[in-house]
Amino acid sequence: AAPLKYSPNRMSIDENKTPLDDVTGYNNFYEFGTGKEDPAAYAKMMRSRPWTITVDGLCDRPGSVDIDELIRRFPLEERIYRMRCVEAWSMVIPWVGFPLASLIKSVGPKSSAKYVAFETLRDPRQMPGQRSAVIQWPYREGLRLDEAMNPLTLLAVGLYGQTLPNQNGAPIRLVVPWKYGFKGIKSIVRIRLTDRRPQTSWQMLAPGEYGFYGNVNPAVDHPRWSQAKERRIGEFFRRKTLPFNGYGEQVAHLYRGLDPRKLY
Amino acid sequence: MARANAARLESPAVWALCAAPLLLIFYWGFTSQLTANPVEFVLRDLGLWGLRFLCLTLAVTLLAKYANLPWLMRYRRRIGLWAFAYVALHLTVYLGAAHEFDWAEIGADIAKRPYITIGMAAFALLIPLAVTSAAAVRRRMKPRSWRALHRLVYVIAIMGVAHYFLLVKADIRSPLLYAAIVATLLGARLVASARPRKARAAG
Repeated sequence: AAPLKYSPNRMSIDENKTPLDDVTGYNNFYEFGTGKEDPAAYAKMMRSRPWTITVDGLCDRPGSVDIDELIRRFPLEERIYRMRCVEAWSMVIPWVGFPLASLIKSVGPKSSAKYVAFETLRDPRQMPGQRSAVIQWPYREGLRLDEAMNPLTLLAVGLYGQTLPNQNGAPIRLVVPWKYGFKGIKSIVRIRLTDRRPQTSWQMLAPGEYGFYGNVNPAVDHPRWSQAKERRIGEFFRRKTLPFNGYGEQVAHLYRGLDPRKLY
Repeated sequence: MARANAARLESPAVWALCAAPLLLIFYWGFTSQLTANPVEFVLRDLGLWGLRFLCLTLAVTLLAKYANLPWLMRYRRRIGLWAFAYVALHLTVYLGAAHEFDWAEIGADIAKRPYITIGMAAFALLIPLAVTSAAAVRRRMKPRSWRALHRLVYVIAIMGVAHYFLLVKADIRSPLLYAAIVATLLGARLVASARPRKARAAG
């Protein structure tokens, strides 16, 4: 991990941060195994430098760019966000990154672009979890363009002031704090603007359990557990889960007129 | 002399092996090694050991008969009771730590989610087996009805695997492994019980 230069940001929340060891030692990244401790154990097999990211699809200036060049292009900010996993646990994580909107604006999206599709690296030699077809690789995620342009939506390149550890999605990952953690696709190699709603990995695997939106909603249960409460890592008693993970003020307007029960 | 000493150590050794997974949880607890989410970890670990001990209980009978280890039968009751203990502790952690004894929430969980319903039913079925394991109770029962009652363990093992299968998100390899183990253990019994009948029919 190398130190990053960044400025604080007013969108950060003022809650106790989850210790670094827990953020880096307990998470899901199925590319390295399905256990919570597999990412920390196996992610060193991945080379996160050099790394090229391709931005293409419905935009005026498609292209590929080296990750360090990309990081130099945008001023970095620290964003302390809540992270709510679909499995009913949560953390508070100080990310460092830049708004996804900045990147999208820089490639000149066409007016026909309505969605953004993301893909993780696919390389079973570096990602041993990909040797089993637990999900269909590469991992895919997607956002509506207006969700992608929301000022909260972050491309994170760091954590606790340092470059991202591999297990947390180095060198660049998505952070969408009002959505369940599985929407935060890691180790991104491709971002594509499109006019069609992209397929997402968890929806492909279990459409009855995971929707396209994945918005945090305490009123809509996962079929196998309630989403009403969550266990904040480091706390014994559970907390109530907040609609949109507490970010309703910034994002509820995006979903006006949509059936909230369809927003899981 | 040496053999007598070994025999004296046998029973405490079996006891220690059965208790080891539980002692390990306490050790990990005192040394902060229960992961960032200890409740979830302990819940899973106890549940897995409940299932493993159920499999062991089933395996004991087969090993005693067909692997020529008749002394194992002395410990079948104990291993079965440890299976009950691990399942009971798993349930206690589910009720107390995972759901903080929120009975409305727990009731909804049992009613809505098949894997919870199955898990609860499996535990309920284990209770009469644990109770009738007591020597005094067993003596009062007809051997035939005691055996019939304890065949419930076959159903319970299948329910345990189903409970595990249904809760897993995507990676079904581990529940599949337990399904295969239980299928083998029950299949071996089926084969064993079919054989003498065939022999009789032939004779």
